[in-house]
Amino acid sequence: MADEQHTSEELTPWDIVQLARHPQRPHTLDYIRGLCEDFVELRGDRRFGDDRALLGGIGRFNGQSVVVLGHQKGSNTKENIQHNFGSPRPEGYRKALRLMQHAEKFGFPVLAFIDTPGADPSMGSEERGIGEAIAANLVVMAELDVPIVTTVIGEGGSGGALAIGVADRLLMLQYAIYSVASPEASAAILWRDASKAPDAAKAMKITAPDLHQLQIVDEIIPEPAGGAHLDTAATIAAVGASIQRHLDELQVLPGRELRQRRYEKYRSIGLVQQAQTIVLSTTEAP
Amino acid sequence: MKDFLRRTPRYFTANRKTEQQIPEDLWHKCSGCGDLIPSKQFQDNAKVCPRCTHHERLSADEWVSYLLDLDSWQEHDADLAPVDALGFVSPKDNYAKKLETLREQTHRPDAAICGVGAIGEVPLALCVSDFAFMGGSMGAVVGEKVARSAERAAELGMPLLTINASGGARMHEGMLSLMQMAKVSVALARLGEARQPHISLLLDNCYGGVTASYASSADIIIAEPRAHVGFAGPRVIEQTIRQKLPADFQTAEFLLEHGMIDVVASRAELKSVLARVLGLYTDKPRTEGRFAGHANGVQSYIRGV
Ligand SMILES: [Zn+2]
Repeated sequence: MADEQHTSEELTPWDIVQLARHPQRPHTLDYIRGLCEDFVELRGDRRFGDDRALLGGIGRFNGQSVVVLGHQKGSNTKENIQHNFGSPRPEGYRKALRLMQHAEKFGFPVLAFIDTPGADPSMGSEERGIGEAIAANLVVMAELDVPIVTTVIGEGGSGGALAIGVADRLLMLQYAIYSVASPEASAAILWRDASKAPDAAKAMKITAPDLHQLQIVDEIIPEPAGGAHLDTAATIAAVGASIQRHLDELQVLPGRELRQRRYEKYRSIGLVQQAQTIVLSTTEAP
Repeated sequence: MKDFLRRTPRYFTANRKTEQQIPEDLWHKCSGCGDLIPSKQFQDNAKVCPRCTHHERLSADEWVSYLLDLDSWQEHDADLAPVDALGFVSPKDNYAKKLETLREQTHRPDAAICGVGAIGEVPLALCVSDFAFMGGSMGAVVGEKVARSAERAAELGMPLLTINASGGARMHEGMLSLMQMAKVSVALARLGEARQPHISLLLDNCYGGVTASYASSADIIIAEPRAHVGFAGPRVIEQTIRQKLPADFQTAEFLLEHGMIDVVASRAELKSVLARVLGLYTDKPRTEGRFAGHANGVQSYIRGV
């Protein structure tokens, strides 16, 4: 553990971005295969189509029925094209919404895995209301009566990630990233220059330790030295153990209490101050 | 609409002063058709071009003046100010300095104002984003104001109106800004439980994390004509799909056709549309005693109702 922390300190945020995007890193389906028995994929949003970038289904996790949701990236070009590089279209989010409501109806906890560069930017996704699809999930997750444990396993990008990420517990792998927009998109928005992505990765505090410090992430799950792809089985087992620990704490709480705590958790995120304080701090500045 | 100027001396006097340096004093050049319009006519028309009906952007203060019943507005949380929680410095950018400069320029600490007021004598909670402040982007202060507005509406038993023009989440606050999408959503869930409607008015332009949260989860969504609204910006989409987008892409009319919004309302008809909608959720007689016992700040305008 000490060695790992040492390694982590030497890596730049941009190095960690590369690890988070490593094609051999375990993806959602690897976690499902490793952690769930009797998994049945449930497909389609019952509105328009089935999105392969956001998968979901029911399965048995340590003996208990759960709903699993997760962005799916590929390990090679062919798989990536099949899964739209992990960028969901509106149908993916609407399928997730359907499965969250399914979870609530049958009292199943929701386990979600975040691994996306962001929602799909295309004409079709805009025409079919990708903004609304994400927005609807946020409100439904705010009110869900069952535990939600979300783990950032690779890349978490923007509202496209958050749409399955309003959770009672947010866990994050050591070399995963989570950002308001991908470093490339952030650099393009901030400085109109996507090649400044390494600067954005640094300035925007997107690593697990940064987000733990900002109290957005509840727990960092350590990775094998060098990254999750070097020991997939150990990584998946560590994620499973962590999820179970949090589920144990959450499942003793009634739905009402879960919702109240989730409300308090998100309601308090983000610092603001009274303007008066600012005036004081500027006059005190050297 | 002729009374637009007369009813709103406070904000428009201030605006005209800053415009005196440019010849806008007498003439306004329409950014839609390029024609010169007498400034007074343009102002009286709520900044809508009488020739091409281009809707020029209004400031948050102007929206309050234009839409709310006279003297009904009571601003809340005006002193909420942002914190540079990430210590955001890059070779090209310094958030703390940027905030300071903007505060001096706009006399506002951040990109939204909120409070309570009335439209057509129906009391409501209001939160208006201000595009002039970092493109109306949502950081912790905007998120907090939207959340407080939703909770204020729930607590006081009145509808919520949000007026939304925003580039999306504020990059300089990193993940804290993304989390505002969750924050406003948990607060809006409370409004839903209180069975009070959220009406979202979409303006040109509204994108990203604002479109993908409170602006789109509203019970009723109204947009101004030709307002551009979407999740991904057109530049990003063009770069991704490597082709030009159709001219009407992501306009209010496009959204209406695709079933994403309820109403496209011109600025001229907006007030009556809102008054009608709001009235339908207010079936109890509006009497002076209705809000007795509720939190501060309500009595003063209720008396006028
Ligand atoms: Zn014009």
